[in-house]
Amino acid sequence: MRSAARGLALVLVALYSLAPFLWQIVTSLKPAHELTSLPPLLPSRIEFASYLAIFSDSPLLRAVVNSLIVAGGTTLLALVIGALAGFALARLRVRRRAAILAGVLVVSMFPPIATVSPLFLLLNALGLHDTLLALILTYTTFSLPLAIWLLTNFFRSIPEELYIASRVDGCTPFQSFYRVMLPLASPGLAAAALLVFIFSWNEFLYALSFTATTASRTVPVAIALFPGLHEVPWGDIAAASVVVTLPLLVLAMVFHRRIVDGLTAGAVKG
Amino acid sequence: MATDRRNREERATLFLAPAGITLSAVMLFPAVYILWLSLERRSLIFGTPQFIGFDNYLRLAHDPQFWNALVNTVYFTVVSVQGELVLGLLMALLLRRPFRGRGLLYAIILIPWAIPTVVSARMWEWLYNADFGVLNYLFQARINWLGNPVWALHAAIAMDVWKSTPFVALLLLAGLQSIPRELYHAAAVDGASRWTMFRRITWPALLPLILVVLIFRTIDAFRVFDSIYVLTGGGPGSSTETVSIYAYKLLFQTLEFGYGSAVAVAILMSVALATVVYAWLLRRVSP
Repeated sequence: MRSAARGLALVLVALYSLAPFLWQIVTSLKPAHELTSLPPLLPSRIEFASYLAIFSDSPLLRAVVNSLIVAGGTTLLALVIGALAGFALARLRVRRRAAILAGVLVVSMFPPIATVSPLFLLLNALGLHDTLLALILTYTTFSLPLAIWLLTNFFRSIPEELYIASRVDGCTPFQSFYRVMLPLASPGLAAAALLVFIFSWNEFLYALSFTATTASRTVPVAIALFPGLHEVPWGDIAAASVVVTLPLLVLAMVFHRRIVDGLTAGAVKG
Repeated sequence: MATDRRNREERATLFLAPAGITLSAVMLFPAVYILWLSLERRSLIFGTPQFIGFDNYLRLAHDPQFWNALVNTVYFTVVSVQGELVLGLLMALLLRRPFRGRGLLYAIILIPWAIPTVVSARMWEWLYNADFGVLNYLFQARINWLGNPVWALHAAIAMDVWKSTPFVALLLLAGLQSIPRELYHAAAVDGASRWTMFRRITWPALLPLILVVLIFRTIDAFRVFDSIYVLTGGGPGSSTETVSIYAYKLLFQTLEFGYGSAVAVAILMSVALATVVYAWLLRRVSP
């Protein structure tokens, strides 16, 4: 009896998490006229018209490419910069190490809205308004605190003897970082990469503020401003939602353990 | 020896330099510059900026739209964070003991967290649709979820709870799993009930982590922008307008760059204040 109740509760948890997205999939496959028919249940037949529409006649494809560039570039930059800093904080002699780590934690709490206006002026002055580079720079900075925290912790968890041994064998600190520590830290790098990628793929406020044309709009902006002249194209929006969410779902399904490790590392140990 | 030490410090500086430069240029510089902007009368497009001292802050103090947004934001934050904490704790307790398919369920409950906020806002907009939405069908009701000021704010809260509960649950689950099992065995031997075990073992052990989660979620909820901006745009009227949405509209829609910056500074100060209070609480409950 008890285990039956528990099983039921677990099913409810799964439904709670899945149902809204499943409904979006159903909506995306409905023939257009059935979207506004009542009761709003399953479609009489499955149609892919919405999917064809979003890829033939909307700026979505461009937005997906933009988002891939922005999220990919951000992940790469944040990981390189974050790994260098994390390694130094974990293994090199750094004055005021605790203060630096605390400072990094404090900046991670920064509300994005409090830097939008000065950054807007700064990026304009640099001629970066409405460019992908503007977003990459901003996102890299805002994901650095997370990357530095995660990677510092991870480098610390690698036995110090390995670092010392490589130094004794004649490596410079950089060689030791590059050849010995970095490969050992790959699980930590993977966790950081996943979180940074997902953050950059999903970010909206900066993307909305710093872009002006489809040339540099990312996926969230494209979905928010989805074109609809007279009525809201629910089927197309649903199809677009499914398309831009699928890559994330695949990441979540395959790497859920690493993502959960990354999410919990900061909170539980800190 | 002394030179060796200095060498090592210099090398560390080289490793830290890229992070330091990026964080200073794109985060610290704007954070200081915005203080200056908030003292100006400045439009995004026309005219030259004019220094006006604290006039923007005086205006803020008497701006009913700002106070409305602040009340909305605080209400949104308090209610949604509480909901997430209660639901998240229940979910964590449920997932605590191993069962078949736990890995799969972990992946499934990550979905609301992983879906872009803008996408989930559009999803919920459709679920909430007054005429053709599935929610009204399920409840056999005719509620204008997003068109009624009271319903709209709670609809936004429900969406936020849905999205953030898994994150809370996963953090608390990690905390639960770090509580030594022996404590429960010992309590069972002493004949303690499940409720006593929860109150005497689980809750005290989890309390510091709960406060950490509260800090994260409060800060995050207080700066809410994406979900409500897409779901309702702050409407109907300004019934779901939060401080971030108000600041954004000032900056990029009415183009009052100076005043919008002052509102943004006020948001920053509120977040800082909340963090200090929580940090103080955390220090008191931590062993």
